[in-house]
Amino acid sequence: MSDYQKLVEKARSAAALAQNTEELSGARTDFLGKKSVLSEAKKQLGLLPEGERAAAGRDLNEIRKLIEETFTDRETAIQDEIWGLQFEAERLDISERLESLRRGHLHLITQARDHLEDVFVGMGFTVAEGPEVETAWYNFEALNIPDWHPARGNFDTIFVDLGDPEEVMLRSHTSPVQVRTMEKHEPPIYIVAPGRTFRTDSADATHLPAFNQIEGLVVDNGITMGDLAGTIDSFVQAFFGSEVKSRLRPSYFPFTEPSAEFDISRPDGSWLELGGCGMVHPNVLLNCGIDPEEWQGFAFGFGIDRLVAMRYGLDDIRELVINDARFLRQF
Amino acid sequence: MKVLLSWLKEFAPDIDGDPISLGERLSQLGLAVEEMSILGEGLGGVVVGRILDLRPHPDAERIQLVDVDLGDGSATQICCGAFNMAVGDCVPVATVGSVLPDGMEISQRKLRGQVSNGMCCSPAELGLGEDHDGIMILPMGDNTPTAGMPITEALGMQRDILWDLEINANRPDAMSVAGVARDLAASLGIPFTYPDYDFRENGVLSSSLATVEIADPTLCGRFVVRVASGVTMGESPSWIQNRLLNLGMRPINNVVDISNYVMLELGQPNHTYDLAKVPEGHLSIRRASEGEVITTLDGEERILVSTDGVIANLQGKGIGIAGVMGGFSTEISETTKDVLIEVAWWDPPSISRTVKRLNLMSEASMRFRRGADYGDNLERSLTRIANLLSDGGAEITSGMVEDTGDLPSREAIKVRIDKINGLLGTDLPAKNMKSYLGSIGFAASVKKGDLAVTIPTWRWDTETETDIAEEVARIFGYENINRTVPRGTSPGSLSQYQKNRRRVREILVGFGCDETMPMPFLAPGDLRSAGLPEEAISLTNPLVHEESLLRTSLLPGQLKVISYNQSHRVNDLRLFEIGHIFLPSLDDAILPDEREHLSVALVNAHVSEVVDLLYALGSELAFPNLQLIPEAPAGMHPARSSEVTVAGKICGYIGEIDPRVLQSYEVDGRVAWLELNLGKVLSGPLGRRSYRGISKYPSSDVDLAFDVPSSVRSATIIECIRKAGSDLLLNVRLFDSYSGESIEEGRRSLAYRLRFQATDRTLTDDEVAVMRASCIDLVEEKTDARLRV
Repeated sequence: MSDYQKLVEKARSAAALAQNTEELSGARTDFLGKKSVLSEAKKQLGLLPEGERAAAGRDLNEIRKLIEETFTDRETAIQDEIWGLQFEAERLDISERLESLRRGHLHLITQARDHLEDVFVGMGFTVAEGPEVETAWYNFEALNIPDWHPARGNFDTIFVDLGDPEEVMLRSHTSPVQVRTMEKHEPPIYIVAPGRTFRTDSADATHLPAFNQIEGLVVDNGITMGDLAGTIDSFVQAFFGSEVKSRLRPSYFPFTEPSAEFDISRPDGSWLELGGCGMVHPNVLLNCGIDPEEWQGFAFGFGIDRLVAMRYGLDDIRELVINDARFLRQF
Repeated sequence: MKVLLSWLKEFAPDIDGDPISLGERLSQLGLAVEEMSILGEGLGGVVVGRILDLRPHPDAERIQLVDVDLGDGSATQICCGAFNMAVGDCVPVATVGSVLPDGMEISQRKLRGQVSNGMCCSPAELGLGEDHDGIMILPMGDNTPTAGMPITEALGMQRDILWDLEINANRPDAMSVAGVARDLAASLGIPFTYPDYDFRENGVLSSSLATVEIADPTLCGRFVVRVASGVTMGESPSWIQNRLLNLGMRPINNVVDISNYVMLELGQPNHTYDLAKVPEGHLSIRRASEGEVITTLDGEERILVSTDGVIANLQGKGIGIAGVMGGFSTEISETTKDVLIEVAWWDPPSISRTVKRLNLMSEASMRFRRGADYGDNLERSLTRIANLLSDGGAEITSGMVEDTGDLPSREAIKVRIDKINGLLGTDLPAKNMKSYLGSIGFAASVKKGDLAVTIPTWRWDTETETDIAEEVARIFGYENINRTVPRGTSPGSLSQYQKNRRRVREILVGFGCDETMPMPFLAPGDLRSAGLPEEAISLTNPLVHEESLLRTSLLPGQLKVISYNQSHRVNDLRLFEIGHIFLPSLDDAILPDEREHLSVALVNAHVSEVVDLLYALGSELAFPNLQLIPEAPAGMHPARSSEVTVAGKICGYIGEIDPRVLQSYEVDGRVAWLELNLGKVLSGPLGRRSYRGISKYPSSDVDLAFDVPSSVRSATIIECIRKAGSDLLLNVRLFDSYSGESIEEGRRSLAYRLRFQATDRTLTDDEVAVMRASCIDLVEEKTDARLRV
């Protein structure tokens, strides 16, 4: 072993012995400082014969590099040790959740309503709204339901003590928004109208006196019943999934003619009734100042609460108005 | 409306197919099947039991002991909860081991110590109608039951299909077996015919026994009568009783049963009078006089108004309410010998108004108000009644007596082929439309490319081209219409208001608030308990007293939600709601002043949290000039609340809810509250957020602590600092509020951090010192706050 090799070995053991940065720094000065063996040897280089000088210089540099690396490595090791101690001292069990932060939750009806709105907006509809207290004109008469009409009884209307008897009521469906929209806007009209509706249904597992519907209305040139069926179909696939089918069945509503119920298919092949629809009755168009010879339209509507109950397996729809926080936070 | 397959086949014998696909076909016609049952099955263990003895149960008042003979002549004991039978009656008995149609298994049981070997059955338990009220007493007529006979044999029951159909208001014709058969036959492409109803006229002219007169032709279109004499009152044959039971009607006696039977079969309501109680057999039709009183069949006195219709006798006295309910005075009884049979067509709106006003819905009025058949069906129904009564031994007079009033127009309407196809999105040729319409009784002829369509008399509701379009579509099949999707010219979108409302919800959810949606009804007293003005709009017909007012604020509803949750041990509540409130109408408006409000309730949170939340909303949505005005709103803690103004207008209130209000709603702790007129704020002009350059130069911070009397608001101090700090003041915020040691009673120390920065240079220490001094000066000049040194 040459003297140089011995020097490297000595430096290595000195570095290893150093327990902290101060000690290491002292050892470093001993081996690499101005008064170190290496520095002295460098000063002596000029005394060597010229032919050996270059080789000796190279050797010295190499040795110096090796020793520097030794100290740098040890420096890193000492720092890591210090960090390691600090980390250990700071150890925390982050599974000790204090649950001080909690996100809030949108009501299920809002979630469903937003989803429905988004699907229809994607299909080129805008969203219309109207008041929850309505006059007989908007809730019935403009919709081709005169005061003697048997269908009025089916709406189980909640009336309000304003105006003449049975003149003002909580709207029993979202259809008044159709009338308000057509009175205000010229066709083409492509709207959906979600909102709260009311009937004299005592609250039980499947009924509420205050519930939610969404209504759609299209009035444009040459709108057909095929357009209605196709629109329902597109909506059903976008909302429920591409495997779900829809069908129309003849029905009756005073404000549409022809009228239909629309069903969606269930996985077992049976059909589930979802809502009502039809071609806007010419009398309704006339009542809203639209010429039925120039324009045709369709309308459809269905309940949001029942949709929500179906989707989440809600067996008691009253949960939607009780507002138990344990319920609200599930979704 | 319920229909039996066997009954339908009397009109369309070729009906064939399995019950499921026939039901599907009915649904596709718009006669939706609500329920289907197979009759005559599941009754294997049910036999006729003859009652030998009835004894009280020794230990139970509501049960009696019944001994029945089940065919072996011996007495089998059964415990029974019904008391409507007598010794000698024959009743259906489900024997031990049998399983009833509803799945109930019959086993030997002990009831209060007494053995029961089977069960006596009600009609409903056998799947015959809905009658649960008592045990079925078997008719002793033509098919006298004997003990032990299978019940299916005793009742003449055959396997049959019963469909319960939902009939729409525009289909009065489908409220009859014949009407359903007509539709089904058309859809199946098979013939539909009325059977011949035979009977022999006795040669006595009906007109010699009865006369009729329509005094008000707007009320009654046709009024037709004939007479059956020598009627023997009694039970009707069991096949009639069974069909009535199956369709949900209770058998009464032969005359009433036949009347009901024909109404169900042909859809024509009819009325029978005891001829002896109708002087000279004369009936006249008029409107009621105001306040006229008639005692109806059910024994109730009905007070009429001038729009109601009345059937009057020779003396002009009202003896029945037209189309709604017959009168008590001429009712068929056990002693009736001669029966006057009436069929009529009434003006639907007139009947409808009376039904609604008197709240008197009957099988008859339901058909009349929807528009019954005003054509041959009237005579057909009279003939059918005569046929069934004469089968029972009655003599039928010759001819009918009739008067007529105003009838709907029978003129053919013009129907454009193009219009129908244009409405349906089809390309049907005229001849197909003609044949679809013909199959359901609409006579159509092609004229110059259009159809002339005569609407059948049983479709009163049908009158326009679009109505005809529906009939074409129904028979063509809705499912056969090609589906297309229309595209509007403009893209769909939410309005700015709707987008902003969603943004509000997102922000609140981000703040950990859960959205509630209580119903908008209040109980009387709710508003007073909440410390709010009591004026509210009331409902005319509330379901319950507790839900009889419309809310004028979101506060009471949310307090109930909080109280409900606290009573279920959920206390960490942060809630919000967006919903409508209803204030009394403005000026001469009919409708209420309806507004969309937002509320936020933070339970047991510091009131500053809800204020921070308001400012977060304000900054996100750029509410212009959001301010808190120190004015205690109703229902709020008088010393911890403010009104909220946006753009200088009051838009809501914020603070802690008055603890007395919380007490009356049984809410624990404190509740920080915000209620905003969201409609007003979001539809008013909102500010714009625009870019403000970020300075490259260093900023300097200055901390100032003031000694502030409680009468001075922090907002005022900040306002002074902002004013004095001018453009160089980047921001100022309160970082400490302290009262206690070293601060006088009634004062507090408020510490602010001011950050100064220029956009074009580094501020010198001197400049900052000048700014600092002017901020202090202005605060001390404008308020009673003093810099703490």
